[in-house]
Amino acid sequence: MIRPEALLCPRPEGLYCAPGDFFVDPVRPVTRAVVTHGHADHARAGHGTVIATPQTLAIMAERYGADFAGSVQPVPYGQSVGRDGVDVTLVPAGHVLGSAQAVVAWKGLTMVVSGDYKRRRDPTCPPFEPVPCDVFISEATFGLPVFRHPDDGHEIAKLLRSVQQFPERSHLVGAYALGKAQRIIALLREAGWDRTIYVHGALDRLNHLYEKHGVALGPLAPATSTTKQDFAGQIIIAPPGALADRWSRRFPDPVLAFASGWMQVRARARQRGVELPLVISDHADWDELTATVDELRPGELWITHGREEALLRWAQLHDIKARALALVGYEDETED
Amino acid sequence: MRAFAELLDRLSLTASRNAKLVLLRDHFANAPDPDRGWALAALTGDLVFDAAKPAFIRKAVEARMDPVLFGWSYDYVGDLAETVALVWPARPGANREPELSEVVDALRGASRAEVQRLIEGWLDALDATGRWALLKLMTGGLRIGVSARLAKTAVAAVGPVEVSEVEEVWHALAPPYDDLFAWLEGRSARPTADAPGRFRPVMLAQAIDEAVDFGKLDPADYAAEWKWDGIRVQAVSEGGVRRLYTRTGDDISRTFPDVIEALDFDGALDGELLVLREDGMASFADLQQRLNRKSVTDKMLADFPAGIRAYDLLSDGGQDTRALPFAQRRGRLEAFVGALKTSRIDLSPIQPFATWEELAAQRRQPPPGDPALAEGLMLKRWDSVYEAGRPKGPWFKWKRDPFLIDAVLMYAQRGHGKRSSFYSDYTFGVWSEAVDGSRVLTPVGKAYFGFTDEELKEIDKYVRDHTVDRYGPVRAVRADVRQGLVFEVAFEGLQRSTRHKSGVAMRFPRISRIRWDKPAGEADELATLERMLAQMEGR
Ligand SMILES: [Zn+2]
Ligand SMILES: [Zn+2]
Repeated sequence: MIRPEALLCPRPEGLYCAPGDFFVDPVRPVTRAVVTHGHADHARAGHGTVIATPQTLAIMAERYGADFAGSVQPVPYGQSVGRDGVDVTLVPAGHVLGSAQAVVAWKGLTMVVSGDYKRRRDPTCPPFEPVPCDVFISEATFGLPVFRHPDDGHEIAKLLRSVQQFPERSHLVGAYALGKAQRIIALLREAGWDRTIYVHGALDRLNHLYEKHGVALGPLAPATSTTKQDFAGQIIIAPPGALADRWSRRFPDPVLAFASGWMQVRARARQRGVELPLVISDHADWDELTATVDELRPGELWITHGREEALLRWAQLHDIKARALALVGYEDETED
Repeated sequence: MRAFAELLDRLSLTASRNAKLVLLRDHFANAPDPDRGWALAALTGDLVFDAAKPAFIRKAVEARMDPVLFGWSYDYVGDLAETVALVWPARPGANREPELSEVVDALRGASRAEVQRLIEGWLDALDATGRWALLKLMTGGLRIGVSARLAKTAVAAVGPVEVSEVEEVWHALAPPYDDLFAWLEGRSARPTADAPGRFRPVMLAQAIDEAVDFGKLDPADYAAEWKWDGIRVQAVSEGGVRRLYTRTGDDISRTFPDVIEALDFDGALDGELLVLREDGMASFADLQQRLNRKSVTDKMLADFPAGIRAYDLLSDGGQDTRALPFAQRRGRLEAFVGALKTSRIDLSPIQPFATWEELAAQRRQPPPGDPALAEGLMLKRWDSVYEAGRPKGPWFKWKRDPFLIDAVLMYAQRGHGKRSSFYSDYTFGVWSEAVDGSRVLTPVGKAYFGFTDEELKEIDKYVRDHTVDRYGPVRAVRADVRQGLVFEVAFEGLQRSTRHKSGVAMRFPRISRIRWDKPAGEADELATLERMLAQMEGR
């Protein structure tokens, strides 16, 4: 059997596949890039050719303009592209719209670059599909046993109860523009909130794109209207940076909420002045990370970025060969 | 347990008093008996367990998971109860979640060994928030920024009744307060309030508005007393029960055995708790040596002898005197205190005056002795009955003018709630000389009020435009001899402090003026504060 390092190895630009001559989620411009999903730290502009799901390509075009790469090669879920004997198949990762795991197969060796992923249901994208493999390459953003995200329905109920308890205040929810914001909106709709949801201008284009790809978001309106009192009793969604920004002053005595896995820890919420933390994440929590590795039982576990030391320790205790790649340039659910 | 846990969770991150009241009131209105009563007891500090020590909890979790992973988790979170609540590896097959009352009943009845087994079962059954609340409850100290007074105010809102009515009956009640809730919800009569040794809700004074009020008030209608710089207390001795309460009804008898011993009377006194020595009263800093102490040593009792300076009489030999006019209560108070055989209780003297001008002069230049240490004056209408709360008109406080100093803004922190998009909490400093002879700023205090919304916007802009560094929600603002924003800071007094780098601590600092015009280099020196402190101590 060939060594996995012959198929994929870490380079400063990102994970490199020498026999197929491409990078996965490179952080610098390269000739050929396989991009797992549209978050800015994984999907950058300026590559020669980008191979990704049609949804991810649409997101990149929306963010960077139509000429974000020399050429593109759309690969729908479940389909493969081959070159020099290396097959790349894109399989749902359950992270955000269009997010995929890259399954890289060569001479009988299968390696899965999972990108960012989660194992929970998400009304805005298909669920993660486990693929048996020799090497599973995982992120570890929430790789510490303290990160155990509660049920998202519970968190949404918390938000709606607060709206009911404080009808004279507005509820300002910080959520990342790609994925989290649309998921929160979709979850609110599932919970029966059918009123207009107000959104920060930075979310408009991605909201449209989600709707175009079949994710219904219900009535939305820009959070820019005239008098302050308009927003009492309303829910407003904005990118996290806007929460502490002068932009937020238009709302009457807002309850600041923030939807993020980091909100699990009180000190982080307190530090940001968040009054209503919503522990909703698009990343696998500790239980999902360990359960996924347990389920796949790969020959080797590689950890790309995040809190790798705890996951390494866990793998060691469970007799799974593991190594940390310590890739740099991936900042997940960071603040501001 | 779930509703209680979610309440604590919300409260722990809620800064606004109004928002806290809403959360508490909704809980007290909606949670069933007796759970809500136990919740109230936990919040007022009337529910204390010692069954679960942190060491046991740590051992229990390490028996279930890798101690190295636990250690990393604890390092990251920084709080033991929170860490355990998050990482707890629940065993499957746990029972349903316990109710708060079940937990309380079990903890009050069970032996230590039983309790530990029970706790593990509860931790298995609860979610992370529930586990956190349970551990906070059991290890004592909820520390969620809710005072007993605030909890009682929220309970009163269930009626609604005035909080003073709840305080009046409070000491006749015991957890889980079924009779209190039954009364508030109109299902039964008001619980009896005449338990011996009970607390009476206090009467408070309004701040006087010199420009408006004096024109309307006749000096002949008012008595003037000095406003003593201690803490307001109520000393009750009835039917063999002796109690010392703070003005919000917290029982501090155990901290002041010397005062309790001196309550050799039948009645209820309203007065100021002070450190009283043979040569007169001591400063507030001395009294602080006696406050918030769990154990009281003989040395402390000897070095900081506490006593009461009485200024009102609420009950006299079994008779409630609160409905009498102040002039009559005062007469009885003088006779009452005069008959006592202790030096620990004395009388707050009436300061005679004929005109407001004359009184103003005395306030500016108090007579030597204890009045020189007073915070200002109290004005009480001779015909005022003793009425709980802060009624408008009968009583006024007329504080001494504050001390003023010019200081330079050094750090600004983002506020909470309405102010979360503003840098609204300011640390300011004054000049001192560094070892190398250069002038440096030393922080001397923090203030977050005293300015208008308009001024806040301007300061916020200044902070954003002059940021030199960021630490989370805090920004360091440029502050040197050439560039800096000067605040005129008003404060009520100074104390020596080893916890502050400057060696002094301000009492009640606030921004009185923003000196956009003043060059930073011309702000005050630390030596000025030191001189003020020496003067205050010398008096
Ligand atoms: Zn991502
Ligand atoms: Zn990522």
